Amino acid sequence: MFTGLMLNTWVAATAVAVIAGVTGFFAVLRGSTFAAHAIPNGAFAGAAGASLLGLNPFAGLAVFSLAGALGIAGLSRRTRPDVATTLTFVMMLGVGALFVSWSSQYAQEAYALLFGEVFGVSAEEVLPILVFGALSVAAIVVMFRPLMLSSALPEVAEARGVPARRMELAFLLVMALATSMTVPVVGALLMFSLMIGPAAAARSLTARPGLAMTLSVVIALVTVWAGIAISYQSNWPLGFFVGVIGAVFYLGGRAYAAARRRLGRTASLAA
Amino acid sequence: MNVFRYVVEPGFFGSGPVHIALAVGTVVAVTSAVVGVFTVMRGQSFAGHSLADIATTGGSGAFLVGVNQFWGYLAFGAGAAAFMEMIGIQRRRGRDVATGVVLGAALGLAALFLYLGTEYSSTTGASFTILFGSIFVLTTSTVPALITSALLALGTVVALARVLLLSSLSPDIAAARGVPVRAVGAAYLMALAVSVALSAVIIGAVLSTALLIGPAATALRVAKGPVRAVAVAAGLGVAATWLGILLAYDSYYWPPVGRGWPVSFFVVTLVTGGYLVTYLRRPDRRPSAQESPDVEQVCSPA
Repeated sequence: MFTGLMLNTWVAATAVAVIAGVTGFFAVLRGSTFAAHAIPNGAFAGAAGASLLGLNPFAGLAVFSLAGALGIAGLSRRTRPDVATTLTFVMMLGVGALFVSWSSQYAQEAYALLFGEVFGVSAEEVLPILVFGALSVAAIVVMFRPLMLSSALPEVAEARGVPARRMELAFLLVMALATSMTVPVVGALLMFSLMIGPAAAARSLTARPGLAMTLSVVIALVTVWAGIAISYQSNWPLGFFVGVIGAVFYLGGRAYAAARRRLGRTASLAA
Repeated sequence: MNVFRYVVEPGFFGSGPVHIALAVGTVVAVTSAVVGVFTVMRGQSFAGHSLADIATTGGSGAFLVGVNQFWGYLAFGAGAAAFMEMIGIQRRRGRDVATGVVLGAALGLAALFLYLGTEYSSTTGASFTILFGSIFVLTTSTVPALITSALLALGTVVALARVLLLSSLSPDIAAARGVPVRAVGAAYLMALAVSVALSAVIIGAVLSTALLIGPAATALRVAKGPVRAVAVAAGLGVAATWLGILLAYDSYYWPPVGRGWPVSFFVVTLVTGGYLVTYLRRPDRRPSAQESPDVEQVCSPA
């Protein structure tokens, strides 16, 4: 379980969990859950296009995830974010359907892009993940304070000279960067579950931003590690375990928060 | 007639699959458009899309246990809607997160079902049909059931229209007037789940989302008043569907492969294009990022 190819899997999955935990925290905080779903899934169309042209799928993923981020941010200027996200997303997938219909032997590869191939990670694939992952985490750390302010208190941020739209674009671009290199490894669906479940759970456990982000990373790591171990033993897909474990953490977090609120209420009543 | 032949490939009006596709496509387009107007107004696009994805998961689950996929779609769609409602879909911010968590878990299940499905019956490309669907390969036996359920969802939304509109635009006023806001929201979410699940069966999850949101968002930008918005949305949805089917039929002879371009590509392009066209009009209302222009328009007296 810890030898040869599996070692690559552990390293890659750990990196992905850290990235997902960090970006997911802001995705949940900003209410950009839909974008977190749309960018990785829409980017999949880019990989289809790249394979049609005989290019590296990374290139297609990068182009489409950046286009998705720009599309969402651009359309959001004039309409509701959820409508902007939907239209950008369906357009990307529509183009993906066209690419897929043009190529004949894509179905298997598409399955891998959606659901991931985490047990077949090669050593060459690990390096770009580490590099791009470090880049996107660094970008979030650099932007942490303004991003935090503009996510929590957009009006105050605006008054202090932090433009909300530019922050939104910057955040979506980081998400696109994180997506384009993680999707070939873990798949679009898993990337999404890993961004949302742990971050949402962390948010319900604590209100302190630094702690919540750390917790989000820790929960993402636990989710992925447990998922890989069970998946390795049972041969069932990793995506299933990650999705379910993430949801269980979220429900646990919600239950904990509810219990704490109730305790707090009885305590204040007693006092 | 020669010119006409360039527009419509011969055999279009005589083809059986095309007839079914047009009929079913029309029902789906109208239902999606009407439900979609409320979806856009309530800001539940993400839920609309998620329910489509989740319903298709139910489809693959039903396929796995050998039940008619139709029941899988309905059961998963309705179950997910109930679950989202339960874990707090009412608050706007928490709502998307709740939707995301349910979607994440459902997609995990989808991965499992597809894995078990390919393991036991080796249907490669099943993930594909589920995601993108195909309107040309409908089986006629399911059509009546599909249409009945679609009309049921449509009927629910139409019956609830007034209270739904009020509680979508101003939940507080609705509550003050004695509208059970939460129950109305839950009923609406059920109708959304049913209509989305059905259109996902028929045309795939992608196209279902496109028809739900695209025409409605466009209509809310151009039409004054909710009734007109619904009418415009239905018209746009039907037009995009028909034109998409026609173009897809024509495209059987187009390069590069001569196998036909997918309907979903055409419909999505038409729907998105239609929406972008509304951007050409100069915005005559003050631009505001916080207040939604759609709601403002609906609120304004017709």
